[in-house]
Amino acid sequence: MGSSSCSCSVADEKLLKLQKIIEENRNKKGALIHVLHEAQTIYGYLPIEVQKVVAEGMGVPLAEVYGVVTFYAQFSLKPKGQYKISVCLGTACYVKGANLVLQKLDEELGISVGDCTNELRFSPESCRCIVACGLAPVITINEDVYGRLSPNDVPNILAKYKE
Amino acid sequence: MQIYRAHVLICGGTGCTSSGSIGLMDEFEKCIKEANIENEIKIVKTGCFGLCAEGPIVVIYPEGCMYCRVTKEDIMEIVEEHLVKGRIVKRLLEGADAPEVDTDAEQTDFFKKQFRIALRNCGKINPESIEEYIAEDGYMALGKVLTEMTPEDVIQTILDSGLRGRGGAGFPTGRKWEFARRSVSDQKYVCCNADEGDPGAFMDRSILEGDPHVVLEAMAIAGYAIGANKGYIYVRAEYPIAVQRLKTAIKQAKEYGLLGDNIFGTDFSFDIELVLGAGAFVCGEETALMTSIEGMRGEPRPRPPFPAVKGLWQKPTILNNVETYANIPVIINKGPEWFKQIGTEKSRGTKVFAVGGKIKNTGLVEIPMGTTLREVVYEIGGGIPGGKKFKAAQTGGPSGGCIPASLIDTPIDYDSLIKIGSMMGSGGLIVMDEDTCMVDIAKFFLEFTVEESCGKCPPCRIGTKRMYDILEKITNGNGELSDIDDLYELAEGIQSSALCGLGQTAPNPILSTLQYFKDEYIAHVVEKRCPAGVCKSLLRYRIIADKCRGCSLCARHCPANCISGEIKKPYVIDESKCIKCGVCMEKCKFDAVVRE
Repeated sequence: MGSSSCSCSVADEKLLKLQKIIEENRNKKGALIHVLHEAQTIYGYLPIEVQKVVAEGMGVPLAEVYGVVTFYAQFSLKPKGQYKISVCLGTACYVKGANLVLQKLDEELGISVGDCTNELRFSPESCRCIVACGLAPVITINEDVYGRLSPNDVPNILAKYKE
Repeated sequence: MQIYRAHVLICGGTGCTSSGSIGLMDEFEKCIKEANIENEIKIVKTGCFGLCAEGPIVVIYPEGCMYCRVTKEDIMEIVEEHLVKGRIVKRLLEGADAPEVDTDAEQTDFFKKQFRIALRNCGKINPESIEEYIAEDGYMALGKVLTEMTPEDVIQTILDSGLRGRGGAGFPTGRKWEFARRSVSDQKYVCCNADEGDPGAFMDRSILEGDPHVVLEAMAIAGYAIGANKGYIYVRAEYPIAVQRLKTAIKQAKEYGLLGDNIFGTDFSFDIELVLGAGAFVCGEETALMTSIEGMRGEPRPRPPFPAVKGLWQKPTILNNVETYANIPVIINKGPEWFKQIGTEKSRGTKVFAVGGKIKNTGLVEIPMGTTLREVVYEIGGGIPGGKKFKAAQTGGPSGGCIPASLIDTPIDYDSLIKIGSMMGSGGLIVMDEDTCMVDIAKFFLEFTVEESCGKCPPCRIGTKRMYDILEKITNGNGELSDIDDLYELAEGIQSSALCGLGQTAPNPILSTLQYFKDEYIAHVVEKRCPAGVCKSLLRYRIIADKCRGCSLCARHCPANCISGEIKKPYVIDESKCIKCGVCMEKCKFDAVVRE
């Protein structure tokens, strides 16, 4: 990461930010998860290179960092799309057909949950209850919330984000 | 202090924010200015009112009337009619289609049977203002505890009140505190479980968003009682509004000297830190939560030693959930005798439920323990929409079970629910109607536990997956009768040998659906039929020849090209190619396509 050429200035900037956070938290008890949250905010995801920096900086084995990253659903090893689509699979949404909405979404995008479309536009995922049970079934696209959905609404909603 | 003649309360909880309440605030300010009454009306962004299905919600005092599904376009009318002329806009009231509308929200069916202790300030105060919390007797209990009571008195008060943990298992809160008090150590900790993970439960979130100070106050009281000076709130990172309001609340409390060193001039000091979870259901289990605060994979640890002896960083620790804490200050202020009058003998007080699924009034309700399920579903909840029949209610999430229609008069308390094979859990209550397949629901919960199993102990890691596989086989139409016996055997093994609560309770959704809906399992296995019409592999679409006009609409829309026929003659579905998408049934204008 950001080792030599001039085009890496952005990468270097990110690295500096990360190193600063590591510096602040190095001696705090139990700060690893917090540092990983911050690292993910900076990079958008947690590729192995970033995990190595964290492991080295925090003085813990890479295996432990990787163990934590893969344990928690919030951390991602893959890049996320510009639009993160979360399909709520809480019980209230499920009872009202959220899985059908999810299927339709997969069909429309041609990928499955956890992946990202090639042009890095959409990354669909299922999520735990987002507490909009009154609007079930619900999906969110970044900050926008779409509720009381039927699978047939999906194409129109996606169209809004395809410019 | 400025006196206002009316207060406009706008819900800023997650439910209403999702249905668009954010823009309403600016619009109100604009309209009130236009009407030239900005000095007479105060606008407040509050926490959740509870009736999420009807959001965004706006409540106007002094009348106490509740406007539902308010849009920007409605606001000018509310300002001109209600705030200027004093005429309530009836068409926007809750239940406006009924002949007699009650203008006082407190008197509507949704609120009449509720009794609010944990939610008492939600929807009433501005959660971002410590002054408003103090005006509602906030921090009075902490003051009383620190200046008039010994730690032993505090624990005795909580013991006397009969308060039991609201996070699921229902362990007496006072006993937990007593154990931690007796542990000798140089350092102890108070933790708050705000990692609400049950799919469909959101009461803790609403308390954090609507009344964050109550949690801080209660944690400080707990710290005094057990002898701890440090607290941690473990909160879901997926709750951005709650996290923000907690941060604000902690900052304000520190500024006011209500957290920090020498609180109320005594030698008691207490500090609270927020720890963000990272999305793991198992971290709701107490030992797993502590492991996660320590920055590691949130795997549970064997007990004993119990956290009250060796918890966070091997020090004595108590952990209570948000709703439990929300009860503490009131108990201190009003006394255990007052609290004991509410609820039933073994389950004192109230419980908050997140009511969802196939029910009219989706939302948050707080009821005295012992209220029957019937009252919750039909009176508070307004019944099932679309004239459908009540089939079952699910409580306790992935650890709980189903309550069938035949037991709808069961009083809701810890022990009655356990007796019928369900549990209180953290308070999700999902209503299901005749269109819900119980085998599918059991599969839904097992899929959840398989996904969330941490993998540390084999009974949970392997056992839940095997149970899920069997359910998958049954819903795909390949089940055999021996599968049902296997489910029982696996369930028993997992219950008795899994390391933590998540694993031990994982078989409950299967056991309780088997207990009350075994005929549905049998229908799937023997008749290869899904009575509720949910399990796709068991569905068949057929065209009724008498009704079919031969318009070819279905054939043209069929994505599998499996419908054929001649114009003006009945069409036929080739079942071997049918993918059961249901488009034919949707498109047919003559109701000639049936699903069976």
